[in-house]
Formats: sequence, C-alpha cells, structure tokens
Amino acid sequence: MATAAAQGTARPEADGARNTTGDEAEYQHVFDAAVAADERIEPRDWMPDAYRATLVRQIAQHAHSEIIGMQPEANWITRAPSLRRKAILMAKVQDEAGHGLYLYSAAETLGTSRDELLDKLHSGRQKYSSIFNYPTLTWADVGAIGWLVDGAAITNQVPLCRCSYGPYARAMVRVCKEESFHQRQGYELLLALSRGTPEQHAMAQDAVDRWWWPSLMMFGPPDDESQHSAQSMAWKIKRHSNDELRQRFVDICVPQAESLGLTLPDPDLRWNEERGKYDFGTIDWTEFWEVLKGNGPCNEQRLTQRRRAHDEGAWVREAAAAHAAKHSGGTEAAGHRTTGAERA
Amino acid sequence: MTTTGPATVPVTAALALGDDALVLSHRLGEWAGHAPALEEEVALANIALDLLGQARVLLSLAGDEDELAFLREERSFRNLQLVEQPNGDFAHTIARQLYFSTYQHLLHAELAAGDGPFAPLAAKAVKEVAYHRDHAEQWTLRLGDGTETSHERMRRACDALWRFTGEMFQPVEGLDVDWAVLESRWLESVTRVLGRATLTVPEGPRTGAWSAGAGRQGVHTESFGRMLAEMQHLHRSHPGASW
Repeated sequence: MATAAAQGTARPEADGARNTTGDEAEYQHVFDAAVAADERIEPRDWMPDAYRATLVRQIAQHAHSEIIGMQPEANWITRAPSLRRKAILMAKVQDEAGHGLYLYSAAETLGTSRDELLDKLHSGRQKYSSIFNYPTLTWADVGAIGWLVDGAAITNQVPLCRCSYGPYARAMVRVCKEESFHQRQGYELLLALSRGTPEQHAMAQDAVDRWWWPSLMMFGPPDDESQHSAQSMAWKIKRHSNDELRQRFVDICVPQAESLGLTLPDPDLRWNEERGKYDFGTIDWTEFWEVLKGNGPCNEQRLTQRRRAHDEGAWVREAAAAHAAKHSGGTEAAGHRTTGAERA
Repeated sequence: MTTTGPATVPVTAALALGDDALVLSHRLGEWAGHAPALEEEVALANIALDLLGQARVLLSLAGDEDELAFLREERSFRNLQLVEQPNGDFAHTIARQLYFSTYQHLLHAELAAGDGPFAPLAAKAVKEVAYHRDHAEQWTLRLGDGTETSHERMRRACDALWRFTGEMFQPVEGLDVDWAVLESRWLESVTRVLGRATLTVPEGPRTGAWSAGAGRQGVHTESFGRMLAEMQHLHRSHPGASW
C-alpha cells in the first residue's frame, strides 16, 4: 500500500477499470508492482480476472472444508468419554463453523455470495478438502484429526497469513491462532490415550495408522502435477510448493510421534543426514485421485448430510427473512416492537 | 465455589440443576453439523457449551463429574423431562429452549440474589442464560411471526412440549425458592413472548398426574435411555480408564 501511494500512483479501483479499458495495461502494471513489493491487494483494488477467480475458488474451498470438516468430529460429540473432552470437542466444532463464516466473508469481498458458494458446494461444482471423506471410527480419531489434520492445515495456512490478498491473509491470522490450539488439544488427547490402558494405546495407534497418509495428501498433488501452483506462487497467493510444505510437515511430525510413543505407518521413513530432512515412502496417488473424484469412503455421506441440513433448514431461513421483511421499519428482529399486541 | 465445599451443598439440588444442564447440552450437541444456518451452528454449540460448563460445576459439587455423568443409570438422573425431549425440528428445539431458558433465567436470578450455596454459581450462569433466553425469544418471534409454515410448526412445537412445563415448578429439596412466584413470572413471560410471536398459549394441561415431578424423581420418558446409551457407551467400555 505504502509504495503505490508514495509514488503517487494510487491503486486504481475496480469500478474505474471497467470505464476505461484502455488503461488495463497500466492497471496490470500497478498490480504486478504491488505484488512484487509484497503489498496487500484489497477488495476495491483492480485485479486480474484470473487472480480473482483463483482466490474465489481457493477461499471457497477452504470455507467448505471448515463446514464439511465439522461432520467427522461432530460424529463423536455425543459419545465423548469425559465431560472435559466433550467441552473441548464442542468448542472446536463451534470454532470451525466460525472459521467457515470468516472465510465466506473473505470470499464475498471478491464479488460472490455465501449462498452462491454453498450452492456450488451442494451441487459438487466446488470441492472441499479430501481429508474429510475419511470416517471417524473411534474416539482416538478425534485426537488424530487434531494432531495430524489440523497440523497439516496449519502448515498450509501459516504461509497464507502473508498471502497477497488482504482479506484472506487476515482471516488466516485469526484461523491459525485457533487451529494451533486445536492441534495441541489433539496431541494431548492422543498422549492421554497412548499412556493409558493397552486398549487405549492400541486405539491411538490404529487412528494414527489410518490418518497418516491421508494427512500427507492434504498438501495436494506432487509439484509436477499441481495445475494451479506456478501461477499462485507468482501471485504470492501461495508461498511454498506442495512438496515443500509436505516435507516440512513430515519433519515436524516424526519427533512428535516419538514423544507420543506412537509409530508412523511408513517403513521407508528415515532421517537423511545429507538432506537434513526425513525421507518418506510414496503416497498412494491412486487413492488420492479416487477420493478427489468423489469415490472416497464418505464423500456421498458428507455431501448428503450437508444438503439435508440446508434443505431441512430452508423453512427456518425463509421465516427469518419473512420476519425481517415485516419488521424492516425497526431494528432487525422484533424485540423492540409490540407487534403481537397490535395484532391481537 | 470457593466458600462452599461439597459437604455444605445440598446434593439433591446440585444433581437436579446439573442434570438439567447436562442433558440439554447433550441434546443441543446433537445439532452440530445439522443446523439450518451457519450462525445457528455457532449459536447452538455456544449454548450447549455454556450448559455443559454449568453441569460440570454442579456435578462436581455433588461428586465426580464423570462418574455422575457416565455411570449413573436412567433412574438415577434428576433432570426435568422437558430437557430430555428429542430435538425434533428446529421449532421443537426452540420451544424447548424458550420454556427452559426462561425458567432457568428466573431461577438463577433468584438464586443469585440470595445467599445460599448456589448463589456464586447462579451469578455467573445468569449472564449466560440471559443470552440463551434472548436467543430463544428472538427465534420464537421469527418462527411464530414468519411464514405460514413456520407459524404452524412453532405452534405445534409449543403445544407438544407444553405438558412438560409444569414439572419445572415442583419444589427441589435444598433450593430456597418461592416456586409459586417463579411459576407466575414464567407464565407471564412466556405468554408475552408467544403473544408477540402471534401465537397463543397452549390450552392443554401443564402436567399430568403421571408426570408431575417425575424427572426429578428419576422417572423419565422413553427416549432418554437411548440418549444415555449413546452418551455413556465409550466411557463404560473402558472401566477405570482416564481420558
């Protein structure tokens, strides 16, 4: 922001751009300079259509992941084994709904609407993270999701706090703070199980065995197969490649697994002195693409539940809208008016 | 909680209040991932969390919170039958919230004003419950005075739960409350909210001879045992384990 202003080349606004298309090249130049200078692009700034479209796609997918991601964990709220754990889990699922709300708001600054995005989720035209297509089969899965899935999400999202698009970057700052907390809670849950009875330890190990590889897949396809990577990195939406982030995550997790007293299900996992990083085995990319195409264990179930909640809630949203319309003269919902008495 | 140890707290009352909060929290927790709008995911989970927090304090006054929550059987729970009623549609959940949060707000305000063992707890809870009550009242207005469909659903929900409301005013041993005054304030408040929502106060009885005070004595409705089976299953499968 500072540079453009200092140079006296105030960033053109999007509305202006449409009126004077001849200046497009100049706008592009200002945009490129702002990105190069690590400035933030804001909603009223001119931006390339493809930049806008990529951000909408990515932020929407991120928001959808928060919303669908409530399901595998909510699956255990009613069965949590202690009241303390139940409270932690409820708070976490509530946070996820809140993250979804921040992210839909961030996407809306780009000229779309939450309703439109939800419609695309429900009709399968926009995706959510493939990790949430795996089932939570035991209580330990709640811990594995916290430790591994939230851990992978944080590894992905911390660099997004410096993303070139301001509203997304700011949403990520808030989201990451809460996610880090969830991640520690997940770790602590697994630690309690690992140090518990033999049955609890086995439950924890089984969960880690099932969630490890899907968590590595959260970083997306390998760099040479990632369609959006190069452009996103040039625009400073992404700061690191999929494989870089995946490696960083593995390097963080291995010592954590050791202190948990659990093993990671990869016979090829070993320290590489030369690289100063862990080598690890090959991801089953066939599985990854299958899940992405909709053929994972829970794809159908997740989308069906989301659609059902939306459809069954339609009359409630319609009621709220009708009520607001009737009382639009006053502040939002009734509360301060005496409509009942007037009608009676 | 600093001045009152378990020895001085009336256990019957702690269990009654604690079980109400525990069971309603559980029911609201069932909404997670199913709410009609994202804002309601947040709101319902928020209320559930408040109630769970209250339950934990109250049950801890009566004993070990997890033993009490996970190892008692149906006949030992002291919650109102109202709070164990299944969620039904959103209108049923809101009607249950309206009836209960109005009661809980009035009750906690009275306990907070007194100098009994529950005064400190009630002083904290009353702030949370004021929010719950506001949420329930606002939704009662939106649904009652919304569309024809929502009006009809809200009317049916209010009617269906009405017969569980009398039980709230059966005296609870250890709570120094003027129950008749509480009941008249409750009736007045609910009547006013329903009126503003273009609904009428249901006509049926507020208790049956078969149900008066039943939940408080450990006599529950059929769905409650199934709810407990789900809630307690994992804890009971690992006797003595810590989590």
